[in-house]
This record gives sequence, structure tokens and C-alpha cells, in this order.
Amino acid sequence: MEKRNQCAGSAAPAAILAILLLILVGSTLFIFMDKVWWFPTAITAVGHGIDHQFFLTLVITGIVFVGSQVGLAWVIWRYRDRGQRASSSHGNNTMEIIWTLATFVMFVGLGVMAKNAWAEVHFRDAVPGAIPIEVTGQQFAWNFRYPGPDGKFGRTDPADVSASSGNPVGLDLSDPAATDDVVVPVLVVPVNHEVQLTLRSQDVIHSFYVRELRLKQDLVPGMQIPIHFLATQIGEYELACAELCGLGHYRMHSCMQVVSEADYQAWLAGGGQAIQRGGMNIGECQ
Amino acid sequence: MSSHEHAVHVAPTPSGFIRKYIFSVDHKVIGIQYILLALTAVVIGIVLSLLMRFHLVWPGAKFPSWMISGGVMTPEQYLSLVTMHGTLMVFFVLTTAPQSGFGNYFLPIQIGAPDMAFPRINMLSFWFTFLAFVVMVAAFFVPGGAPISGWTAYPPLSGLGQVTGPGEGLGQDLWIISIAIFSGASLMGALNFIATTIDLRAPGLSLMRLPLTAWAWFITAILGLLAFGVLLAAGILLLLDRMAGTSFFIPAGLVVTDVVQKGHAGGSPLLWQHLFWFFGHPEVYIAVLPGMGVASHILSTFSRKPVFGYRAMVYAMSSIGFLGFMVWGHHMFVSGMSPYSAIAFSVLTMSIGVPSAIKTFNWLGTLWGGKIRFTSAMLFAIGFVSLFVSGGLSGLFLAQPAIDLYFHDTYFVVGHFHLIMGVAAIFGIFAATYFWFPKMYGRMMNEGLGKLHFWITFVGVYCIFMPMHYLGVVGNPRRYSDFSANHFLAPLYSIHLFITIAAIVTAAAQLFFILNYFWSMKKGPKAPDNPWNATTLEWTTSTPPPHDNFGGHYPSVYRGPYEFSVPGAAEDFIPQHLTPDQVGKAK
Repeated sequence: MEKRNQCAGSAAPAAILAILLLILVGSTLFIFMDKVWWFPTAITAVGHGIDHQFFLTLVITGIVFVGSQVGLAWVIWRYRDRGQRASSSHGNNTMEIIWTLATFVMFVGLGVMAKNAWAEVHFRDAVPGAIPIEVTGQQFAWNFRYPGPDGKFGRTDPADVSASSGNPVGLDLSDPAATDDVVVPVLVVPVNHEVQLTLRSQDVIHSFYVRELRLKQDLVPGMQIPIHFLATQIGEYELACAELCGLGHYRMHSCMQVVSEADYQAWLAGGGQAIQRGGMNIGECQ
Repeated sequence: MSSHEHAVHVAPTPSGFIRKYIFSVDHKVIGIQYILLALTAVVIGIVLSLLMRFHLVWPGAKFPSWMISGGVMTPEQYLSLVTMHGTLMVFFVLTTAPQSGFGNYFLPIQIGAPDMAFPRINMLSFWFTFLAFVVMVAAFFVPGGAPISGWTAYPPLSGLGQVTGPGEGLGQDLWIISIAIFSGASLMGALNFIATTIDLRAPGLSLMRLPLTAWAWFITAILGLLAFGVLLAAGILLLLDRMAGTSFFIPAGLVVTDVVQKGHAGGSPLLWQHLFWFFGHPEVYIAVLPGMGVASHILSTFSRKPVFGYRAMVYAMSSIGFLGFMVWGHHMFVSGMSPYSAIAFSVLTMSIGVPSAIKTFNWLGTLWGGKIRFTSAMLFAIGFVSLFVSGGLSGLFLAQPAIDLYFHDTYFVVGHFHLIMGVAAIFGIFAATYFWFPKMYGRMMNEGLGKLHFWITFVGVYCIFMPMHYLGVVGNPRRYSDFSANHFLAPLYSIHLFITIAAIVTAAAQLFFILNYFWSMKKGPKAPDNPWNATTLEWTTSTPPPHDNFGGHYPSVYRGPYEFSVPGAAEDFIPQHLTPDQVGKAK
């Protein structure tokens, strides 16, 4: 037994482990630099800001990742047991102080820089003139309510909710302001016009998630959560639920259509009926 | 404290199978009981994950009906697997094996004590944990099946009963009751660990001479004491909401499939998240801190070098524990809580990167200038360092609320926490097993099988969890039982297939470990008292240790825990208990 332990440090495991670590580093670098799997293009200024912060974080963590893994590969190869005597060093306070300060500046600095994109999303209200849209989540459907010609959302009441008879958000039709509200299963917004969503849920927690907006926000029962964005690119984008909401979570799916201002007005004037304009079936997901 | 006082605690060696092996008060037997419980749980947990991976890439696959009732997996069955996989792994594996299992066995021996401070409470905490396990597994077999709300059990999904989905009836009740029992057991265990570390250390064993494993168990116990009380309270509140009509977490006016939910008003779903993550984030460190201790211990032993920066290691672990209680909000950036608090949670979270980096650099410093022997234990300890770096760095993305807007609840998160809290912690458990097995069972494990196990597992876990980060970059949401409804997920099929294949291979490789474990227990070559030429007190007693750990001769301690390659000494290690006169001089 004694004999075997003495010889446990042969070159083979050191070499294999070092090579595996280098393969890990190489393949990870390749996949991130070649963007083999990547984000869809962002369609908001905030989205581009978040992409920038992601890239910055990728560079800094990438340096630490490569440095640590390659360093690990190097020490296990260099200091494998070849019969030498190990050093008896207990440490080095100067180095402790250097790497503590360096990582503090790097990591906390990164955290402070990330504040800007977050502030743009959450620390300011929507601009005056932003289009108000109410988003309601329920197992397992999305509904979007527009205030209609009167510009006012009508009253809703849980007792009036009846998805099966066409009143999924529970409009109280005794309120005149409610009668012209438009409730549709697709989110249609005009391009280059800020939108203010108010998120609410009827039953459990859901989460509004559009990848191209770089935006995710939970819909919490009992709360009305505002978020705003300004989309700059016409097109149709998938809308997914990102918070586990029950057995149909995976199929709680819709889309967001960003259309020209004129198309938007035409669609809204038609009471939310799907219309064919500009090569897109506005009001109905592909 | 003298050895005389120790002797007072020691009960006579029990006779009879039941007192010796079942309702034992011996910390060593209890430690092994915890480890075998964790082994049972991890086998179930791995099978559940394989079933999920199968279903994701072969959605129509037929399973035997004793495995999946109905043959083809339904969305609710998939989600019940998600819930139970996470719950079993987090509570009954990652909390149970590294702390309660190895900690129970080795903390008293490493500090020169005859047993834990409260042996009967120790026994009670194991049997509570066992009861919790039975109640949890029972959730599979009740009408409606296991809960579908995930291991985080967010209300209202988990708070309204059967109306929100299958498994949300009796299954969810059992889940909550099990977690409450488990919390009680963990509180008792934590008290015992803290009292033992403070009161029962051998003469001369000051805190700054404790092995880093003992430090890790001590800090983990403090985290457990502060965290599990909150989870216990939260669980009771949720149970009251479900059964007694209270409204801690349920607001008024909810409508589930057109039916108004009466009888609730004023509750806040976010309250649950705050309570849960106040426990849940420290829980991550409860899982991984013991692994850090084990990695330090083993890296030092097999590079024949003192731990680089011992004090820095102790301070780093303490600050990880301390900061760990102030960052729970980073799980809630998109939850609807105040966006201003997100900045504080974010900066505090980023600063946990600092002690984590200190630990990594000190591990590299420990290897630097060493004489490295690649035993199976050492390979897993090195693997731990690599996984800790990879899993830790992806945390720096998620800690930034702006980036979390995109990555939250995607596979990026799944990849991140599996690497750092799942696989890194499990590598710590494997390293501990290969290292301490000879002391526990008196026999050596097979090194060849151990290395084979390491190579396949190391490559396998990276092949499973690195690609999940790429899925997250594309935006793949987690906890989806099916990807067909979202068109952007279709091109990701090949990654999912790759992950599934890697998972099958990696899971199969664990058979080498289980085979090695039980075969070596009976047939392995007899182990000497100190097979690794290590320095700490567990290697100074006989193998396996007697009932009172040291046969009545309790050691005193004369030096720090990692005196390797000391110049002028005859051998390249000096055990902690040798007096200066007993240390051989080099010729």
C-alpha cells in the first residue's frame, strides 16, 4: 500500500487532466466568440445596452475563466509528483491583498456599471403619451386590453371573468368605459412609440418574456406592475411565459407584433379584428 | 478541557443490533446512516432527471407503466419530476451527505472528541430526516401525484389546492409537511454541530488550528441554524393558507379557470418568495461550503503542502456565509419587488465573488510548488476547483439585474446552479468518500475504478451543463415539458439531444462508484490507520475508530492542521497530536 501511494503521481493523469481543462477552455472560447448559439437581435435601445453589459461581463469573466482553468492545468502538470520535495509555504499576505482588491474592483465595478440599463427599465416612468396596454395572464393564456376610443380602461370584476364565454379579463359591462375596451390574445404595438404595459394575473404567477425586448417581468396576482419599452423594429416576436404556472406552462405562448403607426391605428379602429396589412396578418400570430 | 471530562460523556459500547445500527447514538453510525440515505435519494434523483431528459428529446417515448403511469409522460408528470428531482437533490442529497453525513462522522474525530455534544438529539435529527424522506417520496403515490410547483413552491400555484393543477392537492401537502420535518431535523443538527465545535475541542486545538473541513461544517451549521427556522415558519404559513383558510400568501379575487376563489384576501405571493429565498440562498452555501472544506483538506494532503493562506480561507468562508444572508433578492429581480432594492442585492451578490475568488486563488496557491499525487480523492478535489470556477463565473451574469432580465428562468440559470451547487458539491462528496472511506470501513476503495469514475464524470458533467448556458443565451425557458409551442426553440433540438446523451453516459458511470463502494466495503484490501500520510486527528486513531473514537486516549494538539513538508523533519508530514519531542528529525 505504502509503495502504491508513493507512485500515485504519475505523468499520465496530470497530462490527461491538463489537456481536458485546455479543451474545456478552447471549446468554450470558440462557442462564445464564434457566436455559435446567440441572442436574437435586440429591438430596443435598452436591449442594446444590456447586450453591451453582457459583452463586458463576458470579457471580464472570460479572462478569469481562462486564467484560472489554464492556471490549474499548468500547476497540476508542472507540480506533479516527480520525487521532488514540496515547498512548505503557508501563504503570502501581499498576494492575498492584491487578489482581494483586484477582484473587488473588477466584480463590484461591473455590478455598479450594470445599473444604467436597469435604471432605464425601472427607475423612470413611461413618457407622457405612451400607449397604455393591460396584460392579463391566466392558466394558460395571454390577454391584452386596449382602452378603446374613450382612452379609459373600464372596470373589471373577478365575478365577471369567463374565458369560456368570451370575457377572459372580467370586463364589467355595466361600466360604460368598459364597453369599448378591446381585448385580444395578441400584443400589437406601433414601432417607435413608447408602450406602457400594466401586468396583472388572475390566478398564479406568470412571467412576460419577449427575447428581442431583453425584457422579463412577472405577473403577480394582487399586484399591478408597470413596465415600458419602445420597440424600433417592425416584425413579429414570440412571447413566452417564463414563470412556472402549471401543467400548461410550456404552451402559454403568444406573440408581439410591432407594426407601423398607421397599421396599428387601422387595426385598433377595427376593434382588434385581425387584418392583412404590410405583409403581416396583424392580430394573429404566424 | 481534559480527557477526563471527555470520558464522562462516553456511553458504554451498545450491544444488540437495534441499538448499535438502527437507533444508534454513535455519531459514526449516524453519519453512515445519513450517507446511505443520501445515496438512496441521489439514485432516485438521477433516475428522475434521466426520465426528464428522455422526455425532452423523445416526447412520445413509451415508458413502462410501473414507471410512468399511462406510458407516455404528460406535462404534469414532467413537472412533478422537476419538483421531486430538485427537492430530493437539494434537501436529501446536498444538505444531507456533505454536512450531516461526513460532518457527523468526522467532526468529533477531527476535534478529538468522543461523540457529538448531544448524541440523542443527533439520533433524533437523523430519524426526523428519514421520516421527512418517507413523507416526501409518499407524494408520488397519492391521488394526483407529486406536486408540480417546483422545489420553490411559489404560491398561489402551491397555495390554492387541487384547482391549480394535478399534484397540488395531497401531494403538495405532503411536500410541505416533509420540508417542515426536514427543517426541524436540520435545526437540531445545526445546534449539535455548533455546540460540539465550540465545547468539545481537544486541548491545544484552538479555532485557528481546526482543519478547514471542521471550519466548513461549523460555518455551515450556523447558516443552517439561521436559515432553516425561516423555511420552517414559511412552510407552516403555507400549510395554514391551504388548510386553515388564512391568507399569508393568497390575495383576494383570484379566478382559476373561471371559478372565483373565495375566502382569501390580503395575502402577498411575494412574501413567500422573500421567506423562501432568505432560506434558499444560504442553502446554496450549506450545500457547497463543506465541499470547499474537503477540497482544501485534500488538495493540501495530496500536494504535500500546507494550505496556502489558511487564515484567508477561514475569513473567506466566514464572509461567504455572512454575505450569503444578504443576497436573497437576486432570485427576485423580475418578481415585482422594489427595483431599487435590486441594486443593493446586486452589488452585495457581486461582492460574494471576492471571497470566492480568494478561495480559488488559494487553492491554486496550495497546488503551486507541491508534489501532487493523483489519487481518486485528489482528482475529484481538483475537479471541484474547476467546476467551482466555471459555475461561479456564470453567477456574475445573473447577479446583474439588467442581464437577469433576459437570463432569468432560462437554461442559463439551470446550467449555472447545477455546476456550482449541484455538481461541484457532489464532487466534494465524491472526494470525501474516496478520501475517508478507508477510515470509515477499514478497507481501501479500488483506485482504478475510482479514476475511471472520475474521468467519465468530469467530462460528462461539463458536457451536460456547459451547453445549458448556450441554450440560455438563445433564450430557452426552463421548466418546459415540451418545446413545440415556441418556434425559436426548434433549432435547439441538437443541443438537447447532446445533453441527454451525455446525461445517460454520466449516470451510467455512477454505477462504477456504487459498485466500488459496496464491493470495497466487503472485499477491499485492509486499510492502514493513516493510508494517505495525513496530519489531522482522524488519522491518529485506529481504523475504523472504536466506539469512543480514541480508545480512551484522547489526543492533545500541538500545531496547525496542515504541517506538510516541514524543513528539517524526517517525514513530509507532522500529525497534529505529536509533541515537538516526538517529531523525527531529518538525518
